[in-house]
Amino acid sequence: MGLTPVELIAFYILAAIVTVSAVAVIAAKNPVHSVLWLITAFFTSAGLLVLIGAEFLAMLLVVVYVGAVAVLFLFVVMMLDVDFVELKQGTLGYWPFAALVGVAFAAEIALVTFARATTGDEINANPGAATNAEAIGQVMYTEYLLLFQLSGIILLVAMIGAIVLTLRHKPHVKRQNIAKQTARTRKDAIRRIDVESGKGL
Amino acid sequence: MDITVNHFLAVSAILFTVGVVGIFVNRKNIIVILMAIELILLSVNINLVAFSVFSGTIVGQIFAMLVLTVAAAEAAVGLAILVVFFRNRGDIAVESIDLMKG
Repeated sequence: MGLTPVELIAFYILAAIVTVSAVAVIAAKNPVHSVLWLITAFFTSAGLLVLIGAEFLAMLLVVVYVGAVAVLFLFVVMMLDVDFVELKQGTLGYWPFAALVGVAFAAEIALVTFARATTGDEINANPGAATNAEAIGQVMYTEYLLLFQLSGIILLVAMIGAIVLTLRHKPHVKRQNIAKQTARTRKDAIRRIDVESGKGL
Repeated sequence: MDITVNHFLAVSAILFTVGVVGIFVNRKNIIVILMAIELILLSVNINLVAFSVFSGTIVGQIFAMLVLTVAAAEAAVGLAILVVFFRNRGDIAVESIDLMKG
């Protein structure tokens, strides 16, 4: 199964958008704009994956990256009260070095890609199953059960780590202690006092 | 002219390179460095899925899912560290993270 010309055009459009938005992520002056470009890049990559039939991963990309990671980034960017204009100054000096590194990386990857990519051109996103999600589900909970559980543990550790890192107990905050509240009886809450008139307590 | 795995590898290579360049360029703002790391992980994911689809094996997509998990965990912990750092130091410039003189 190859791609129709329309799909080929779609591929080039999506690839162009991914490239442009990725460059915009690292070039944007305002980090909020960076996050928004990042979301564009994630969405467009999901489109690329849909194009070759990997729908499940594409939707996962939208849910996890756009729904969780990008929102997390946005949240932190807006929470931290940083003078970003000041942060941006002095960046220009690193461009030559960064360009050198980038060209070196791209050249190496291009070398490896065009020398070694010998995979066939046949598109088959769901071998041995009717749909992509079915194909993944068939092996996910059987052959790769251990990896699946392991990724759950990774997420758990990350969650606990993030909470432990950011939790702080303020000393002067009055908290509700439910056990103490329910253990309270009438006897230790109310007392009767004979108050002499005109004197007070 | 049909689409091949090389098309996707090219897109992925461009994304990866942009991510690496982003890490080197942004010596001022850690949040953008974390975003560049996310770009790199995204390019890795595209690579894995492309190879999986074009070779007709599902394993690559499973592995891409694991990469996705690690990316989410990395973002969560990284941003948590960033928040703690901001509380302690009052800014998030890369140059102020030189306490350990590494």
